[in-house]
Amino acid sequence: MINLASAGLVAAPESRRWVLRGHAVAMAAAGAAFGSPLPTRAGEVAQAASSIADTARAALWLGPDEVWFITPVEDGAALEGALRTALAAVPHALVDISHRQVGLLLQGTDPAWLLNAVCPLDLSLAAFPVNCCTRTLFNKAEIVLWRTGPAAFRLETGRSFSGYVVGLLAEIAREQAA
Amino acid sequence: MLLIHCPYCGQRPELEFRHGGQAHVARPADPSATSIDEWADYLYLRENPKGLHAERWRHVHGCGRFFNALRDTTTDVFVSTYRCGEPRPDGGSAR
Repeated sequence: MINLASAGLVAAPESRRWVLRGHAVAMAAAGAAFGSPLPTRAGEVAQAASSIADTARAALWLGPDEVWFITPVEDGAALEGALRTALAAVPHALVDISHRQVGLLLQGTDPAWLLNAVCPLDLSLAAFPVNCCTRTLFNKAEIVLWRTGPAAFRLETGRSFSGYVVGLLAEIAREQAA
Repeated sequence: MLLIHCPYCGQRPELEFRHGGQAHVARPADPSATSIDEWADYLYLRENPKGLHAERWRHVHGCGRFFNALRDTTTDVFVSTYRCGEPRPDGGSAR
């Protein structure tokens, strides 16, 4: 296993994740349960206080009818219960993808440079500001990218892709250090 | 790298997209009243134009959505992209 630190990575705190697919009615109902209106613009992230002090839940816009929820594992039961109750009468699909994904926090001097080595998106602050998110490709692996700060990203990738993503980031970090 | 304008996400790198074949191919409304030749034409025969071509594209590694694009097959220029259900912007017919 490759050392996370050598790639400038920190494992994200253990999280629960759901993907919600549905039309505007379902999004409105879920927003009420989530604690803040769900994002409607491309790449927008909405955040709300979780049931655990000093932590936040996030809702990521990934498609016109697709939103991901990410929340600390301790808040998982509260959020899922609220969502299932609010959505009970509305057509929707709410799927738990907690264990499919791995969360990685990328920090350092210039994390956008590291990502841009194999990701062709424009990651300048003007084009991809803080609290912007998207699904994209990291070389051959699909990732969900969320900019949490000017020099901080959260990567979500499939568990089976994580070794590849971490290994490749470590290689790129060696080049950056050289 | 070629940038493709996704109607939902804006300008994105071409790697995130997949081609989805010719656009505006309508399934015959009443298949049982359609002759075998018309059905074969609907199933298998596609245009292969030199010039503007209306195509389906999917932003598979982004929002996941299908949309339509008007692309010039000789220059690979995307003249415009538009959402499914909207008419072809240059008024041309698909067939």
